[in-house]
Amino acid sequence: MSIDKQDVQKIAHLARLALTEADAEQYQQSLSSVLSLVEQMQSVDTDGIDPLSNPLEMTQRLREDLVTEENRRDDFLANAPQTEAGLFLVPKVID
Amino acid sequence: MFDQSISTLAAQLRNKDISSVELTRYFLDRITKLDPQLNSYITLSEEVALKQAANADTQIQNGAASLLTGIPIAHKDLFCTAGTLTTCGSKMLNNFIPPYESTVTSRLQDAGAVMLGKTNMDEFAMGSSNENSHYGAVKNPWNQDTVPGGSSGGSAAAVAAGLAIAATGTDTGGSIRQPASFCGITGLKPTYGRVSRFGMIAYASSLDQAGPMAKSAEDCAHLMQAMAGFDDKDSTSSETANDDYLSNLNTPLTGLKIGLPKEYFGEGLDTGVADVIMTAVKEFEKLGAEVKEISLPNLNLSIPSYYVIAPSEASSNLSRFDGVRFGHRCEAPKDLLDMYMRSRAEGFGQEVQKRIMVGTYALSEGYYDAYYLKAQKIRRLIKNDFTNALKQVDVIMGPVAPTTAFGLGSKTNDPVAMYLEDIYTLSVNLAGIPAMSIPAGFSNQMPVGLQIMGNYFAEAKLLNVAHQYQQNTDWHRQTPAMAKGA
Repeated sequence: MSIDKQDVQKIAHLARLALTEADAEQYQQSLSSVLSLVEQMQSVDTDGIDPLSNPLEMTQRLREDLVTEENRRDDFLANAPQTEAGLFLVPKVID
Repeated sequence: MFDQSISTLAAQLRNKDISSVELTRYFLDRITKLDPQLNSYITLSEEVALKQAANADTQIQNGAASLLTGIPIAHKDLFCTAGTLTTCGSKMLNNFIPPYESTVTSRLQDAGAVMLGKTNMDEFAMGSSNENSHYGAVKNPWNQDTVPGGSSGGSAAAVAAGLAIAATGTDTGGSIRQPASFCGITGLKPTYGRVSRFGMIAYASSLDQAGPMAKSAEDCAHLMQAMAGFDDKDSTSSETANDDYLSNLNTPLTGLKIGLPKEYFGEGLDTGVADVIMTAVKEFEKLGAEVKEISLPNLNLSIPSYYVIAPSEASSNLSRFDGVRFGHRCEAPKDLLDMYMRSRAEGFGQEVQKRIMVGTYALSEGYYDAYYLKAQKIRRLIKNDFTNALKQVDVIMGPVAPTTAFGLGSKTNDPVAMYLEDIYTLSVNLAGIPAMSIPAGFSNQMPVGLQIMGNYFAEAKLLNVAHQYQQNTDWHRQTPAMAKGA
């Protein structure tokens, strides 16, 4: 299984990773070799087998719908690259 | 003193032969002197350590000490530690000071353990050699031209070199067991859900599990007493009652049924490693165990299944690193999309970007059934192999890795070759069962780990089996020459 450079750029865009042309060329090779490796799966007959998503086959535990966290706005803003007036600051989204 | 057991040091602390502050300073000095050779720590938390040690000394004075009170340990730099830099081996988090504490580190702290610092690791736990760290590769204390294994390579190297009494690690596809094997220490990956994932920076959430890394099974049992158990902050934490990990350590192994999977001894296994493993198995026979050949027929499929499931979950988990709330942000973004794309490209290393892209591809429109769903079906076949085998035997034994520690840089150009190194460890994570690596001997002067796998929630059994072996052998007491240099 191999993918071309355009595929790599498309995947990178979906993953929100900015790649240079040189990066894309390199990832084209390394992604192709991983995808060839995983291709082995296709030769296995898995008809009638249920997928296993949690090894203990647990179902999601629910809790009471109560507020359990205190407001720690300042603590959480302390790690942000840019803040203003108690808010996370990002580049302008709407003109 | 660096190679003493936890129970010996605990007795010395109680007898006032030494204080925790003295013990902690001793380890901090060792790290300052010796770690430049290894690079096993990313952050040394001297101030926190000395404060915790002083508290421990007060508790000991008041007769309120547990066995871990005042014992200096290290944490993999993937556990969030409130107020202490937590990088996950990534440039993305080179300035991240968590506002909260992981359950694992908080429970060990409550038990009185002292945090010396945060250990080096493959970025976001993705790697088998510790060469994927933004903070530089870690060297193996037994031979500094070789890798310590990964991703908990810093923890393994630090314990092996006597730069911590014990350490925490995490294991998504072998990341506790393989570095434990390469560095000649004891490591336990518990059953999925046994130890809380709260505050662990996520790689692949259906596989990630934290566990102890130490010199011996007995020391691992002491850590498990504190670490394990239900946590309502982790939605996949198991409600199964916790075992007492210490009370069964001395149970004799008479009649223990050991299964040797023939697939673990086939092509690709280094003969030196195979010899060590077979000698260890004979030692278990001397202790009264019975050995039987078994089969885990789908072993080979664990690699493709893992390299779809883990990257898929990673691509989802790592979407939180967007340059908005924490982590790296690029300079002068021209708009929101530009900020996401450049922040992530600059913050993540190559292996992480590659796995994110593999996962993004596997989950993208039109490919989900062929990749992710198929991999999960194969995951069930692998789980069934283990449940069938564990109906016939009590534990399964085999090598941890096909070889001893390989040379630094020797596999970096062929990542698929690196992935194949994980053949004996990945299936355990896919099935979710517990497994250990214990030192079993040397091949070409490098340590070899024996893997012991057991049934769901059989950690106490594994620790018992490992402890009995360690009562009759001294491979776990071997120390690399560089550790004695101080």
